[in-house]
Amino acid sequence: MTVGAPSRKRAILGLAGRRLAFAVPVLVIVSAAMFALGAASPFDPIYQYYGVGVFTASAADIARVRAQLGLDDSVVVQFGRWAGDLLTGDLGDSRSLRQPVAEVITERLPWTLLLVSVGLGIAVLVALVLGVVTAWRQGGWLDRIVTALAQAIEGIPAFVLALGAIALFALGLGWLPVAGLTDAGGDVSVGQVARHLVLPATVLGVSQSPWLLLHVRQSLLGALAEDHVTGARARGLTEPAVVLRHALPTALLPFVTLLGARVPELVTGAVLVEVVFSWPGVAAAIVQAALAVDYPLLATLTLFATAAVLLGSLLADVAAALLDPRVATDG
Amino acid sequence: MLTTSWRAVLLPVIVALTVLGTACSAPTAPGAAGDGAELVLADAYEDESLHPLMGYATDGASKIFDGLIRHDAQRVVQPALATEVPEASADGRSYTVALRDEVSFHDGSSFGAEDVVATYRTLLDPESVSPLTTEYAMISKVEQVDDRTVRFDLAFPYAPFPHKLVLGIVPSEAVAGGGPLEGSSFNSAPIGTGPFRLAEWRKGERMILESNESYWDGAPEVERLIVVFATDDNTRAQRMRSGEFDGTVLPPALAETFRGVDGYRLISHKSADYRTIMMPMNNPVTGDPGMRLALNYAANRQGMIDALLAGHGAPASNPIPEVLGDYAEPSAQFRHDPARAAQILDESGWVMGPDGTRAREGVPARFTLMYPASDTVRKDLAQAFTSDARALGVDIELEGLGWEAIEPRMGGDALVLGGGTPFDPDLVSYQLLHSSFAADGFNNPGSYSNPQVDAALDTGRQADQPADRVAAYQQFQRAYAADPAMVFLTFLEHTYVLRDSGWQGYRPIVDPHAHGVNWGPWWNLQDWKPTS
Repeated sequence: MTVGAPSRKRAILGLAGRRLAFAVPVLVIVSAAMFALGAASPFDPIYQYYGVGVFTASAADIARVRAQLGLDDSVVVQFGRWAGDLLTGDLGDSRSLRQPVAEVITERLPWTLLLVSVGLGIAVLVALVLGVVTAWRQGGWLDRIVTALAQAIEGIPAFVLALGAIALFALGLGWLPVAGLTDAGGDVSVGQVARHLVLPATVLGVSQSPWLLLHVRQSLLGALAEDHVTGARARGLTEPAVVLRHALPTALLPFVTLLGARVPELVTGAVLVEVVFSWPGVAAAIVQAALAVDYPLLATLTLFATAAVLLGSLLADVAAALLDPRVATDG
Repeated sequence: MLTTSWRAVLLPVIVALTVLGTACSAPTAPGAAGDGAELVLADAYEDESLHPLMGYATDGASKIFDGLIRHDAQRVVQPALATEVPEASADGRSYTVALRDEVSFHDGSSFGAEDVVATYRTLLDPESVSPLTTEYAMISKVEQVDDRTVRFDLAFPYAPFPHKLVLGIVPSEAVAGGGPLEGSSFNSAPIGTGPFRLAEWRKGERMILESNESYWDGAPEVERLIVVFATDDNTRAQRMRSGEFDGTVLPPALAETFRGVDGYRLISHKSADYRTIMMPMNNPVTGDPGMRLALNYAANRQGMIDALLAGHGAPASNPIPEVLGDYAEPSAQFRHDPARAAQILDESGWVMGPDGTRAREGVPARFTLMYPASDTVRKDLAQAFTSDARALGVDIELEGLGWEAIEPRMGGDALVLGGGTPFDPDLVSYQLLHSSFAADGFNNPGSYSNPQVDAALDTGRQADQPADRVAAYQQFQRAYAADPAMVFLTFLEHTYVLRDSGWQGYRPIVDPHAHGVNWGPWWNLQDWKPTS
């Protein structure tokens, strides 16, 4: 073990290095694909630029504005313009929000990160606790209820869950505010934001948890049947020690890898939750940007999301390699 | 700047660390809003820009800006930054505007003729890439006569010109650089002379406006106006019910759920916001005048209003709403008369076939009707119209599409179109029906051309005597009724919910197409007073 440790460390660093080098072409390809998709989409940014004014503007004026905004340029030219600006550190201006992309990101991304990380925390917590309990007491009343509920929630869209939660906890019981970042006139303070975060983060977490929960339950059930667990039982260890110290670690390995791959789902969930709860995050802006084919904002957000997925899967793989020496570090 | 962005990043982190440890402390009681001189409104729509030259508040009633003129509750033009409503010169091609003295912008700089000139010149400068240039195409020149006087020269006589002067005036410094307006920081940090100044705009969530203490027309008593953006209709209704808002705009069916609820008031505004079935002249079916006339008699307008809009609408036969008073021509309205419709079709040669669909010279009475797919009201109206036409033996195929897909097909397929303003008949009818605007963007998309209609619209636009204008628009409607271009269905009513929150001063008004918290019950918010 002591002999193997430094080489293991090197292998993990090597894994990280290779992945990061690999990330560069991936990011280029993904952003190019985003531009291609935008060009193929049926949306025309001119409608967003004019708003209702498009219905009274003359064809000549619309054509002139299109030319001035560069909307008629080929997608290759537009991609080149954006990529060139990016290399000089300029993220460009968002047409759909009429402000610089960098400003959009600094204003909104922190709120999305807050929502998503707390939501993911809740999802992991729910999945681990309930997953372990249901596998341990398989077939018991709690298992039956939780499994049925998890399967039901898996089929309910996040926004329905959100409206239900608002009706119950905000309107029915009056425990929590309905939506927004703060009370309508309130200043941004820790207490205010924390109270307003509870409902959206819980809804996001709960909507993400069934899949994880069922996975933990299933792989723990598999682990409980393995030889080393039977061995531990034979040695007369207590049941909690058997489940938590011997079965759970084996079951957790694939769970850690899966978490990394869960990031895109989380972003999709965040879009719906942010819209329903009027959360001023970046996910709600994605919809507006997509409808207006707002290339600079869309491309930057795509880069961020791709980087998050790559980073998520890298962290998951590193964690797996650290937890289990048998895991190969692909090289 | 650096400190603000750091705070923006740090605060969520601190919150993240504390949130899981925070117990659900008792929330502030619902109704915490509305204390003192504060008003909290919820809007379904958030402007991307607050720049008047980028399309913000083009119908006037902006809280942040003043135009040279404004409309009163009867929609009559009244002076705002002008000292009086300007009169046309003898040839109708020049308007000289005297400006109010001792007005200052929110940043303390004083308002003068140079600001008016800069605002209008920037609007007309192609380099600004303003989306409003077509709307102001009648202006050929703007000149500063002296410190307090501005002269507009027009390319052609244009009687409704004073209505155009609602455009918000921006300080000349804000547009000094020239170039495209879309990158200007003025879009999110506007400075006007209006009754309220922008204090904070948290994009995607809310905006705080504060009373302009030095407003030339008296500081508003509503000291803080908070506008919360909640795009989802259901969430907005729920938050309204929880007592978080003092008022909001809701679709008729949701608004009706507040009827009779203690502490709430349902307000319904008439509007000039029409919905019409646009008919292209180049289609072999809709191009036939007899077909268009028959469909106008076949449409059961009141039935649609009762069934689809919960009664919140008024029947429409042409773009001139009844609220325009003398301009509306009672004899030019279509009543629901299916028998007359069938008779017209018989007379124009559309013979009923064995399959229940009419045909003329081998052409079946069948056409496609497009509607914007995301608009449920237009979809419902399209379906109702289709069933009325079906009863007459005319087959309509519905297609819900995006505007991008609709636009290139407007010349050949019918479309559910909407728009309208209650201020002047020219503004709603000229570009929609005059042959000079045929197939020009979304203007007159069906390429309707009727010399009598053209002549009446031209007379109405250029006549300088009000009585002559009234006669011209009545003549226009009679000529249109004999050969209708479209099937106008209804003028929508806009519905709002208000909470009793200790303010008085609400005055009913007729809404333009635009609605939101600038319009509706809050159009004259600066005049509201506390009840006690």
